[in-house]
Amino acid sequence: MTQTLTKPLAGDERVGTRNPLQKLLGRPEVGALVGAIVLFVFFAIVSQTFIQPNAFATVLYGSSTIGIMAVGVSLLMIGGEFDLSTGVAVISSALTASLFSWYFTTNVWVGVLLALAVSLTIGFINGWILIKTKLPSFIVTLASFLMLTGLNLGLTRLIGGSVSSPSISTMDGFKSAQAVFASSVNIGGVEVKNTVFTWIILVAVASWVLLRTKVGNWIFAAGGDANAARAVGVPVTKTKIGLFMAVGFCGWILGMHNLFAFDAVQSGEGVGNEFLYIIAAVIGGCLLTGGYGSAVGGAIGAFIFGMANKGIVYAQWNPDWFKFFLGLMLLLATIVNLIVKRRAELK
Amino acid sequence: MNAKQIDQQTLLKDEKDPLTHTPVHLLSLDNVGKHYGNIVALTDVTMAVDNGRVTCVLGDNGAGKSTLIKIIAGLHQHDAGVFKILGEERKLNSPREALDSGIATVYQDLAVVPLMPIWRNFFLGSEITVGWGPFKRMDVQTMKDITKKELADMGIDLRDVEQPIGQLSGGERQCVAIARAVHFGAKVLILDEPTAALGVKQSGVVLRYILQARDRGLGVVFITHNPHHAFPVGDRFLLLKRGKSIGYYEKKGITIEELTAQMAGGAELAELAHELEELGGHGDVVKEVQAEVAGTSGHLPA
Repeated sequence: MTQTLTKPLAGDERVGTRNPLQKLLGRPEVGALVGAIVLFVFFAIVSQTFIQPNAFATVLYGSSTIGIMAVGVSLLMIGGEFDLSTGVAVISSALTASLFSWYFTTNVWVGVLLALAVSLTIGFINGWILIKTKLPSFIVTLASFLMLTGLNLGLTRLIGGSVSSPSISTMDGFKSAQAVFASSVNIGGVEVKNTVFTWIILVAVASWVLLRTKVGNWIFAAGGDANAARAVGVPVTKTKIGLFMAVGFCGWILGMHNLFAFDAVQSGEGVGNEFLYIIAAVIGGCLLTGGYGSAVGGAIGAFIFGMANKGIVYAQWNPDWFKFFLGLMLLLATIVNLIVKRRAELK
Repeated sequence: MNAKQIDQQTLLKDEKDPLTHTPVHLLSLDNVGKHYGNIVALTDVTMAVDNGRVTCVLGDNGAGKSTLIKIIAGLHQHDAGVFKILGEERKLNSPREALDSGIATVYQDLAVVPLMPIWRNFFLGSEITVGWGPFKRMDVQTMKDITKKELADMGIDLRDVEQPIGQLSGGERQCVAIARAVHFGAKVLILDEPTAALGVKQSGVVLRYILQARDRGLGVVFITHNPHHAFPVGDRFLLLKRGKSIGYYEKKGITIEELTAQMAGGAELAELAHELEELGGHGDVVKEVQAEVAGTSGHLPA
C-alpha cells in the first residue's frame, strides 16, 4: 500500500555497526560487572589467601546466602516493588519448620513443607495488601517486617520457651533435609556448599523467565508502567502478587539452609538483612523505580557483597570499614544506573 | 454471553458509500447518556462508526469526549439510550469485553512502557509462545519479525525493534500503538487525542496513520479538540459541548470554517483576546491568545 513496503525488512543501514563494547555498555548489569572485576583484582593483589580455592569457595558461599534472596528481590524490584520484610521472613520460615516439627514431634519434612506454605503466604499477603490498599510497598512491607519480627520473638518464646528454637538435630528426617539444604560438594579437593549451586540454578531460571517467557514480559511491564500494562491486558495484580510469593520462595530456601546448617535458629536474627538483598539488586542494576534490571545483575551484586565481606577479612583489615565500603559501592552503582536509564530514555 | 464479533466483511474498504450501502453500522449510538451521581456527563449523543470511515469527536475540555470513549471502550456503562455493535444492543462491562468485540482504544499517554523494547511493547499482553508446560517460552524471533512487518505495513520506517520504545518520538509511539491494535484484530480503533501533545509535523505523521488504518478497513473514532486535524481525515463529525451533542455532520455537509465556528473556542477566544487588550493586559498574553485564535480559525481577530 505504501512504498515503504518494498523496502528490505532486514539489514537496515541506519542500524549501523554498533560495536560489541557499546552493546555491552547498554546492559543493566554492566556497572556491577566492572565493579566486581575491579574488586576481585584488588583483593587478589592485597591478599595472598583470597584467590586460593578454599578461600574462594568461602567467598562464593557468602555470596550465595545473599544471592539466593537477591534473585527474588531483583525480580520484585524489576516488577516495581520492594520488600523490607525479607530478612525476618527468612527467619520466620526457619522457625516455622523448626518449632512445628519439634512441638508436634513430626518428621522435620512436615515442618519444612509447612514453612514453604507460610513463606508463600507471607508473600501473598504482602502483595495482596499492596494491591488492595494501593499503599506504597515501603509502608506495607515495613509493617510486615515489624509484625514478623515480633511474631518470631514472641512465638518462639511461647512455644519453645527460649529466644532460640530448640535443637531438632535428632529428629526424623533431619539428616536428609540437611543433605538437601545444607551440605557440601567436593570439587577437586575443595568443599563447595550446595547453596552455591542452588543460587546459580535460581539465577538461571529467573533469567530465563525474565527474558524468554511472557511472565517476564509482564514483570518488566508491571514495573515500567503498570497502567499501560493493564490497558493492554497484562494481569498486573497477579504478576505483582506472584513476585512477592517468589521472594517468599527464595526466603524459604535460605531459611531452610539457616536451619539445617546448624540445628536451631535465633529468633531475633535477620533484622537488617533485607537491606543487603536490596543493595545487591540495586548494585546489580535494578532500578528502584522498576521496569529495568536483570537477575544476573542481582547475582553480581551479591558476589560483590560476598567478596567485600570476606575479602576484608582475608586482607586482615578491620571489618569496621565494611559498612562504609558497602555504602560507597551502593552510591556509585546507583549513579551508574541512573546514567544508564537516562541514556535509555534519551530520544 | 455470545458477543457478536465485528467482521471485516461487514463492509469492504473499496465500497464507495457505506452510509447507504451498509445494512448495519459497525457501532452506533442512539441518544446515549451517562451521569455520575447527580452530575450529568453526557446526554443524547447519536453517532455511528463504519468500516473504512473516520468518525471525529470534537469538543473542548469537559465537553464529554472522555465519557463517550469510556462508554465505547467498556470502562463505563451508559445509562440512557442505545449502544449497538453490529446492530446488536450491548453494554460493555470491561475493556477486555470491548477488545474481544474488536474495539481497541489507543490512549494518549497510556500506550506503551517506555523502557521496554519496541517488539516487547508490541506484543505486551498477547505474547506468542512456543513449547509446552513449564518450558513454554516466547517466540522472540517471530515476534520481532511480525513487529517489523506490521510497522512497515503501516508505513512506519523503523530502525531497530530492539530499541526501547521511549527513544521513539511521541508520534511514532502513537503509531506503534495503532499498528498493535490493527495487528490484534481491532475493527474499531478509538484514538484519544492522539495529536494533542504533538508538534505540527508529528501530528501530520499521526494523521497519515489514521488514514492508513482507515484504508485497511477499520472504523476509526478520532477524538480531538482541533478541527484542523479532524477535518482533513474525518468522514463524520460529532461536536460535543458541555456533555451535549451540538451537531453531527457528514463531511459534505460542513466546511472547516463552519466546523471551527461551531467548536467551543473560535468565537470565544476572539472575544477573550479583545477583552484582554481592552483591559491593557500583558502584550505577550494577548499575542498568545491571538496566535491560538489564528491557529484554530485561520485568521486573526479584528
